[in-house]
Amino acid sequence: MTQTETPESSGGDVRLRGISKTYGSFTAVHPLDLTIPAGSFFALLGASGCGKTTTLRMIAGLEEPTTGTVELAGRDVTALPPYKRQVNTVFQNYALFPHLDIFENVAFGLRRRGIKSVAPQVEEMLDLVELGPMARRKPQQLSGGQQQRVAVARALINHPEVLLLDEPLGALDLKLRRQMQLELKRIQTEVGITFVHVTHDQEEAMTMADTVAVMNGGRVEQLGAPAELYENPATTFVANFLGTSNLIAAEVTEAGGEDLLLAAGGATLRLPARRCRTAARAGGQVLAGVRPEKVALAHADDAGEVPAGHNRLTGRVKDASFIGVSTQYVIDVPGVGELSVYEQNIGRDGRLVPGAETVAHWKPEHTFGLDAGQDISAGADLGEEAA
Amino acid sequence: MTATATPAPPGPQPRTEPAAPPLRKTPARKRLIPYWLLLPGILWLVVFFAAPLVYQASTSLQTGSLEDGFKVTWHLATYWDALAEYWPQFVRSVAYAAVATVLCLLLGYPLAYLIALKAGRWRNVLMILVIAPFFTSFLIRTLAWKTILADGGPVVGALNALHVLDVTSALGITEGHRVLATPLAVVCGLTYNFLPFMVLPLYTSLERIDPRLHEAAGDLYARPVTTFRRVTFPLSMPGVVAGTLLTFIPAAGDYINAELLGSTDQKMIGNVIQSQFLRVLDYPTAAALSFILMAAILAMVTLYIRKSGTEDLV
Amino acid sequence: MAATDTPAKDPAAAAAPAAAPAPAPAPRRTPGKGLRWLRRNLVTLAGLATLAYLILPNAVVMVFSFNKPNGRFNYQWTRFSTDAWTDPCGVADMCGSLALSLEIAVWATVGATALGTMIAFALARYRFRARASVNTLIFLPMAMPEVVMAASLATLFLNMGIQFGFWTILIAHIMFCLSFVVTAVKARVMSMDPRLEQAAQDLYATPVQTFLRITLPIAAPGIAAGALLSFALSFDDFIITNFNAGSTVTFPMFVWGSAQRGTPVQINVIGTAMFLVAVLCVLVGQLAGKRRKRS
Repeated sequence: MTQTETPESSGGDVRLRGISKTYGSFTAVHPLDLTIPAGSFFALLGASGCGKTTTLRMIAGLEEPTTGTVELAGRDVTALPPYKRQVNTVFQNYALFPHLDIFENVAFGLRRRGIKSVAPQVEEMLDLVELGPMARRKPQQLSGGQQQRVAVARALINHPEVLLLDEPLGALDLKLRRQMQLELKRIQTEVGITFVHVTHDQEEAMTMADTVAVMNGGRVEQLGAPAELYENPATTFVANFLGTSNLIAAEVTEAGGEDLLLAAGGATLRLPARRCRTAARAGGQVLAGVRPEKVALAHADDAGEVPAGHNRLTGRVKDASFIGVSTQYVIDVPGVGELSVYEQNIGRDGRLVPGAETVAHWKPEHTFGLDAGQDISAGADLGEEAA
Repeated sequence: MTATATPAPPGPQPRTEPAAPPLRKTPARKRLIPYWLLLPGILWLVVFFAAPLVYQASTSLQTGSLEDGFKVTWHLATYWDALAEYWPQFVRSVAYAAVATVLCLLLGYPLAYLIALKAGRWRNVLMILVIAPFFTSFLIRTLAWKTILADGGPVVGALNALHVLDVTSALGITEGHRVLATPLAVVCGLTYNFLPFMVLPLYTSLERIDPRLHEAAGDLYARPVTTFRRVTFPLSMPGVVAGTLLTFIPAAGDYINAELLGSTDQKMIGNVIQSQFLRVLDYPTAAALSFILMAAILAMVTLYIRKSGTEDLV
Repeated sequence: MAATDTPAKDPAAAAAPAAAPAPAPAPRRTPGKGLRWLRRNLVTLAGLATLAYLILPNAVVMVFSFNKPNGRFNYQWTRFSTDAWTDPCGVADMCGSLALSLEIAVWATVGATALGTMIAFALARYRFRARASVNTLIFLPMAMPEVVMAASLATLFLNMGIQFGFWTILIAHIMFCLSFVVTAVKARVMSMDPRLEQAAQDLYATPVQTFLRITLPIAAPGIAAGALLSFALSFDDFIITNFNAGSTVTFPMFVWGSAQRGTPVQINVIGTAMFLVAVLCVLVGQLAGKRRKRS
């Protein structure tokens, strides 16, 4: 499918309007509006049970939405059964037909649509995923990575408007997963079909997708380009689930200027007003966030060398662990709590051992502000589990 | 979700919809599919299995004769009379079936264990040897026991030479110097007939046990006997329960072994029901007897299943 | 390794790690070589003994199919003869009853497999009310002594004034085979990944096509097992047939009758032939499976 320039055609757009799914009293997906542009690689990211797979299955037609509509390329397909939708799915654990060989698995969709001579297409497709010699094997005789490629070939051969991928790499080991991520990205760029990819692996979502929707508790928390989500998380869940964040409870002392002034643990922090996600006024509370790799450490003896204008917090090294590319410190800041700091291993300061007095500092523009009414640790344990 | 409090961020933003549109319902046609699938088979079972049981209950409360017809008279005395007259056959049925079940377990367990855990590449061959006898009619095979246990045969000869039959006669399970037409012969036949029903479920549950568990037990200082007692046997309990039920129930209702291998002194309740129904034509008594048998077995099975804690046999 | 600080209960276990501060394990009574071998292979020997017990009657049946008995009964070895094998249908009515049994077994298998498979799919694939009652109704025939089912069904037929014969036997056989088919098929369908059917639908297969091309082929082994079991149960049934056959005679009924009147050697011929055919079928199946795996 190609992205058309004509304004009245929406190409292979997927448009969800007010779509929701409830099972009895449990709401899996809250009413949701979402537009996935044609030709994009879109990821639905979230922990298990967040509603991402249900959303995918509603697009595929395998699950009937309780409310709302699904539009494909401008056509309402809500009432269409899966076998009448120009959508194909790569299932979790692949769901290859065990009684059919690889060739027949790949040819299945073509045959169902009454195409007579399937051999040339199937062979071409198997060559694309480098499985030509395996055509007459049964699925259980293939390795995990090979099965995964068969599942992709079986779906792609039908030239769907949208390809849905449900945790397609979950069953593979780490090394193969990295390899397949690049492979899938390459295929998507080559065929130009819209890919909707469901995953719980934030790194996978960020490497592959153009746009990521972070889901939690049946709702989309935030949607945007991976870098945008990472640098400007809108909620504590996104801040904690995508990578790690230091979130500091602070009081607004001065609002109105270009920068907000915050008080936390006796120190004053600057937060650019445009990076604050909540309406701040003097005397109110906000959560000031900063990513661990944005923070630098200076030994207390060198406190004077900290560039002027940086946000700074003074504390004591509680723990330091060397992990190769970087060293991860935990700094105990009185009145603030613990701060994570990742220092690149360029010039390690040998004095920064547990117990040492230190100053943590970062540029004010790396600070982001979140609404203080949220659970400060939402998604923190989930993010670790998923990674 | 606190997104409502945030100012519009860059990029497309999902909006939650406050007013929920009307709900969709699965069409009635779809919801009825399972009932259509069930209908013919369940109807068959209701008409030809459940209804006859009810019918029989009513028959057991009838009086009359074949010439004048039978009428429901709530004549409960049929039950008392039947029990008073045939309690020895009831006791015998339960006793024979229980002994046969225990023997099946004792004989069947080593065989199931051998096939499941020790046979290696011989597993399929042994499996075939267990199942293949099924294909010869069980009546023919039971008749073969008449030959094996014949009075002048080698088996009885050997038992006599070893004076085993003197001991068993003293215990009352054989009579004189023969085996045929004694309780021993009937129990031997019952055990033989239902042994595969013990071996197969035992095999299934033993085969399912992760072999690493045996190694782990050994690694944790369990001797082979302890490993068996503490690990293997408890894990094979589903097979033991299923096997004992599959053996005991048909054995208790059997009348073929008693008829072919026993004498009038070994008649079981099945023989009585059969002759009341097919020869004496006293249908109320036959119905009462089979109703008592059914109730007794269902009660015992329920109790047994409760006690062994595996109710998910169904 | 913690072996050193556990009290050495088993001298064999304690002897393994050399570091064990030997509490001088009491020298075990060293049994003779033969006895030790016996102990190690006790389970195997017991298992093989049971197997012998299971197979002995079949061996006797086979041997006695070559007997030429003096009287009417074939219980004592007289002399070798192949008469029965050369004239298997030489006994009045026997081959007729055999044909009837086969016919009933085929139709009972077809009926029970069709009805049972439908129930199994309903139970394995759908949620509905009365599910527990259906499960109980399926389980009960398997937990009921045959003689009870036989007598009650015969009572029904008697009271309805239905003529006993082929049809009453067939009805009874379908009834008691049904539960076994349901159990076999349900197990198979339940272990089937529902995503396979979803994948088929996703790949443009209509519900009917999905059923024919995916569900049915994958459930086939379970259905085949259920059908095979039905055939064996029906063909070999005596108790229920005896109550519901009237004057019709199936093969097991013929054998039963001959146990009273006199057992012709031909019975053993049929018994042996069935046994050999079954073993042959299994062996051919195994070989075919092996060859397919190799290619």
